[in-house]
Amino acid sequence: MPDYQTHEHDVLVIGAGGAGLRAAIEASAAGVSVGLVCKSLLGKAHTVMAEGGIAAALANVDDRDNWKVHFADTMRGGQYVNNWRMAELHAKEAPDRVRELEAWGAVFDRTSDGRILQRNFGGHRYPRLAHVGDRTGLEMIRTLQDHGIHQGIDVHMECTIITLLKDHGRVVGAFGYERERGRFKLFKSKAVVLATGGVGRAYKITSNSWEYTGDGHTLAYDAGAELVDMEFVQFHPTGMIWPPSVRGILVTEAVRGEGGVLRNSEGRRFMFEEIPENYRAQTADNEEEGWRYTQGDKSARRPPELLTRDHVSRCIVREIKAGRGSPHGGVFLDISWIKARIPNGTEHIKKKLPSMYHQFKQLADLDITQEPMEIGPTTHYIMGGVRVDGDTQMSTVPGLFAAGECAAGINGANRLGGNSLSDILVFGKRAGEFAAKFAKSGKSGTIDAQQLEEAARRAIEPFDRGTGGENAYQVQYALQDMMHDLVGIVRTEPEMQRALDGLDALRTRERRVGVGGHREYNSGWHAALDLHSLLTVSEAITRSAIERRESRGGHFREDYPDKDTAFGTLNFVVRKAPDGRMEIVRAPIPGMPQELKNIIEEMK
Amino acid sequence: MAAERATFRIWRGDAQGGTFQDYPTKVSEGMVVLDAVHQIQAEQANDLAVRWNCKAGKCGSCSAEVNGNPRLMCMTRLNQLDLSVPVTVGPMHAFPLIRDLVTDVSWNFEAKKRIKRFKPRPPDAPDGTWRIAQGDVERVQEFRKCIECFLCQDVCHVLRDHQMFDAFIGPRHLVYAAALEMHPLDTENRIPDLKRAHGVGYCNITKCCTKVCPESITITDNAIIPLKERVIDQLYDPVAMLFRKLRTRD
Ligand SMILES: Cc1cc2nc3c(=O)[nH]c(=O)nc-3n(C[C@H](O)[C@H](O)[C@H](O)COP(=O)(O)OP(=O)(O)OC[C@H]3O[C@@H](n4cnc5c(N)ncnc54)[C@H](O)[C@@H]3O)c2cc1C
Ligand code: SF4
Ligand code: SF4
Ligand code: FES
Repeated sequence: MPDYQTHEHDVLVIGAGGAGLRAAIEASAAGVSVGLVCKSLLGKAHTVMAEGGIAAALANVDDRDNWKVHFADTMRGGQYVNNWRMAELHAKEAPDRVRELEAWGAVFDRTSDGRILQRNFGGHRYPRLAHVGDRTGLEMIRTLQDHGIHQGIDVHMECTIITLLKDHGRVVGAFGYERERGRFKLFKSKAVVLATGGVGRAYKITSNSWEYTGDGHTLAYDAGAELVDMEFVQFHPTGMIWPPSVRGILVTEAVRGEGGVLRNSEGRRFMFEEIPENYRAQTADNEEEGWRYTQGDKSARRPPELLTRDHVSRCIVREIKAGRGSPHGGVFLDISWIKARIPNGTEHIKKKLPSMYHQFKQLADLDITQEPMEIGPTTHYIMGGVRVDGDTQMSTVPGLFAAGECAAGINGANRLGGNSLSDILVFGKRAGEFAAKFAKSGKSGTIDAQQLEEAARRAIEPFDRGTGGENAYQVQYALQDMMHDLVGIVRTEPEMQRALDGLDALRTRERRVGVGGHREYNSGWHAALDLHSLLTVSEAITRSAIERRESRGGHFREDYPDKDTAFGTLNFVVRKAPDGRMEIVRAPIPGMPQELKNIIEEMK
Repeated sequence: MAAERATFRIWRGDAQGGTFQDYPTKVSEGMVVLDAVHQIQAEQANDLAVRWNCKAGKCGSCSAEVNGNPRLMCMTRLNQLDLSVPVTVGPMHAFPLIRDLVTDVSWNFEAKKRIKRFKPRPPDAPDGTWRIAQGDVERVQEFRKCIECFLCQDVCHVLRDHQMFDAFIGPRHLVYAAALEMHPLDTENRIPDLKRAHGVGYCNITKCCTKVCPESITITDNAIIPLKERVIDQLYDPVAMLFRKLRTRD
């Protein structure tokens, strides 16, 4: 039997970003005991990096806004393959979740009459993002963290879950290791909430941190739960590209929301050249109108720079491929030009985009109030994830819930900026609420000793092979290069087939990975254990992307460049077949109630 | 600075002991110290322990001492350093070492819990919301920029040299307390705690914390001094006596 410590909680929440913290707060408010586990220290999860804001139809800045408009915007952005029930709940509940943050101490920027200020963002018809300069995520995570620490939640920091434990088909706990001493930990619980975030580390250029290895996706998949929409990966149009060491770091969309424009090497605002049909009526057709929109003129339509991210990214790739890129292989994003339009422009930019100013100044020696930035697409977010029930967030495995980026449904084929921070609050809360309910009605299960032993044995195998084995970091780099080249922004069948072969080869290398030293805070060992998740989600993305033989949202097929209505009615579900292979099945999207259909029609 | 080489002298060891070890590695334009540490970890020292998350100065994970100065490794560019001599990279000094560049900062999380939580006044509007002027918001937003890197805690002599973790919550948590005390909606009174349990009097305004704060929070002038003033106003605090006490311990 492996050596381990045991902890027992009614509800175990895995992940302490916005979704996990909100779930833990809700569950503990419902009167059950809650454990919260995270790979990093508390408050360092990805949510801390979010910049632009939280989307919620508060209608503080434009009173024409309401949940119906937000719902319709989310569905249009997701190209109608979203889980419409989630999109509905999200649009309806986001305003309350934002107000609740204020009641817990968050300090948002204000309107002139003292209410929460909202800003423009891509794909949102009205100014909708509640924000704090460009550090909204920090405000959110700190508010939740500072509220949560007084709720009696047991926090297990720097602890990584490597497997979920089941009893008679139900999830009854989780098993992992803590980084500090490298010891194993067993968590017994009546319900588990996954809130582990995304998968960006499967790609070479990404805005995501080391934590984003798709662990929650993989834990769920290995436990027999279904994943959905894994072909939809969001490549954010504006990542830093120069100098090389900062490649991929995000440049917030708020730059464009505040009036920033995209130009190619010829100085042209190329975004005007191609405006998708379903957005034409809402998009400005001249620069003047676009500028007025960013300055709050309600009669103006938004500039094409604020079209959805999938579209903007592809236009950037088109310019670069056509030889109209910037010196380091991107295009230009210019906010400094607004100085010609507003008094005190330099100060205004620094005030509205303080951390962008700071980031470029410190990391690239560039003053964004004086010069354009060079930017290019970066892997940012995954729309796909654990398939859940829209109301309760329970996966297809009883007792296993998922919320936030690791769950799927709300975003469909493309996520609108700002919809993640609202998603994690709305569905974090729901997951916590229903997990607590489930825990109250259920009893603890039995832990299968063999499952534990097996997981522990696999985890320490890399030490047996020692430093003579494969280097975990090199395997990870090889995977990132391959996914970037073969399953990136522009995809084709032959390339993705090659990626599947490549994944087989990498699996073989993964099994040979060796680690030296001991188990205490051993980064090499941690990297070795992350590989299983990275390979699993990469395979799920690739297989799903092969099946969707059309282009939609974040998924673009050069061999099927158009949208195909036949694919507009279904999602691709990923699950483990009885023989252990990954299988992809088609799941028809349930019919939308007439009421919601009418809303979409009305808002067209 | 194209494809030069530089040597990084990195602390390797744990609570039992350790040494600085030299790692020569390639360096290129735009690199930060964290890039070099990662490169060394991937190529020469797989088991090197280091914390990081965002690589953009936003999460406060990668705190360390670079050439003896408390810094975020991800925001310290190599072109700010003299690469003709080895660059030393060590863990934060004030906290117990776990391994290599990773220290045990858990005390910070415990200390924070002891500060009384936010307690808002009743909502201003019937819909349960408040009205706050942007000007009032800005004052506390400075404090709320804190990324909890704990570099200010690391450099503060009360914690670093005197290890007075039981008596003094340190600059980070004074910033936190100031953010709550000056929050436009808050109604709690933390002044008695600040004086006694949190030990605000131990700060003798050396401003070392302000100098290292990567978020440029004016910790001493804007957070600590106003708190000290409130303590005096509310409780008549014999500050001078505390200073004397501190000096006799030196
Ligand atoms: C630079 C950047 C800017 C962004 N800006 C915005 C924005 O302005 N608006 C917006 O809406 N969205 C934005 N996003 C997206 C948004 O921040 C994320 O989608 C969101 O924060 C995800 O929250 P989460 O709670 O699902 O996961 P996270 O905050 O990522 O938390 C995941 C948690 O799971 C833990 N975890 C993972 N695996 C394990 C494991 N195996 N065991 C234990 N714990 C584990 C991690 O330690 C972490 O605590 C941005 C993203 C980035 C990268
Ligand atoms: S000013 Fe006060 S809190 Fe800051 S370092 Fe000096 S003694 Fe410590
Ligand atoms: S106040 Fe500044 S130095 Fe101190 S923890 Fe916060 S960000 Fe770091
Ligand atoms: S890695 Fe986040 S601050 Fe350095």
